[in-house]
Amino acid sequence: MIDIEIQKELHGSHGDMYLDVKLEIQKGEFIALMGESGSGKTTLLRILAGLERAKGNITVEDMIWLQSQKMLPPQQREIGFVFQDYALFDNMSVEENLLYVNDDKALAQELLVLTELTQLASRNVKGLSGGQKQRVSLCRAMMKKPKLLLMDEPFSALDPAMRTKLKDEILKLHKVFGTTTIMVSHDTEVSYHLADRIWVLDHGNLIADGSPEKILKKTSTVTYTLNL
Amino acid sequence: MFDIVSLDFAPFLLSFKLAAITTLILFVLSLPLAWYLSQTHSKAKPIIEAVTALPIVLPPSVLGFYILVVLSPNSAVGGFFEDLLGVKLVFSFTGLVVASCFYSLPFMVQPLQSGFESLNKHMLEASYLAGKSKLQTVLKVALPNIKPSLITALIITFAHTVGEFGVVLMVGGSIPGETKVASVAIYEMVEVMEYGTAHIYSAIMVLMSFMVLLAVYIFNHQQKKIGILR
Repeated sequence: MIDIEIQKELHGSHGDMYLDVKLEIQKGEFIALMGESGSGKTTLLRILAGLERAKGNITVEDMIWLQSQKMLPPQQREIGFVFQDYALFDNMSVEENLLYVNDDKALAQELLVLTELTQLASRNVKGLSGGQKQRVSLCRAMMKKPKLLLMDEPFSALDPAMRTKLKDEILKLHKVFGTTTIMVSHDTEVSYHLADRIWVLDHGNLIADGSPEKILKKTSTVTYTLNL
Repeated sequence: MFDIVSLDFAPFLLSFKLAAITTLILFVLSLPLAWYLSQTHSKAKPIIEAVTALPIVLPPSVLGFYILVVLSPNSAVGGFFEDLLGVKLVFSFTGLVVASCFYSLPFMVQPLQSGFESLNKHMLEASYLAGKSKLQTVLKVALPNIKPSLITALIITFAHTVGEFGVVLMVGGSIPGETKVASVAIYEMVEVMEYGTAHIYSAIMVLMSFMVLLAVYIFNHQQKKIGILR
């Protein structure tokens, strides 16, 4: 179980606001974090990863990641992070990107098979398409078998076909590894299909927390809107 | 006229030895400094940057004068080295290395710093999240991804050290085989009106400097092309 209680002053593009959230996540849950841009979603993710400072407490199973001002560095948190801009190591091949995180060839192989990237294993990542890069980024994030997988708008730069493919692969990996996941996404359709639970942030506050069926309502056969 | 075969190439060898040692030392010293400057949001950053850039704008004689004052056996630093370690820092090759390290510092720090600053911040964070320390991140992720800046820093530092004159003359004088580097040798040839040798020495310097710069530009051009093709 993961316990989160965070406070942080934010100076964003929409003026100053106060991020103040208190949450509990069950092991293996898949959460979609939604809300308008500038509502503090990415900051919340970065605080969980240890990339930004904040006040509060974060406890993951028996480990304390944050207690008042004391924070565990990102190196020790066992986090998988998928960045919006992929952030792959450009000087390495697909396989090297994975092995840099954890020198486990069998696991790398398994992940590449699951995401149908085996044929690209020895290719330099610079030459890949956006969709391929995002899948490599996803595999890389799974190499530590993380306690918490964080994804910051993994779909935002992809075309609809790539989006469907990545969605299927995220689902597949979640089924195989059962990793507790928080995914920031604007995409209601993706969130509806992937998440067990949806959080909605507004100006740093959690304004909704519940199942996709409760939070999203179907407005046509394919689109969903926030049901608030 | 002059005889090319009997030409003394010792000053060139000395210049290259000095440049190679200086480049090596500066690379090791500048790496943490350039990294710090590229990552910090400290208020002290502009001050450190200004100090680092001083050798670019100061007349070499000013730099040479201060280095001479600090390294002389009468000063605390120079006295310490001479009395306790038996190392003479003025009018010696060791002194030249110390002086060159100050003189060429910005040429190593600045390209490395701007290279590090151009890196995607998320890529470095991904390395930390992979459990890697800052040192591992610098060596395995940051440096390999700023190759053009790295090559520029190394070659320009080397070339700039070969080309120094004022600081070397003030701190080292002109002791054959010890501190008489190519630029000082040319100055002396002109002074004693041996224009023939001065011509050859100078031509060699022009040619070598051109080759070095050409190599840097060709390399960087190719790196850009590879980047575009990928």
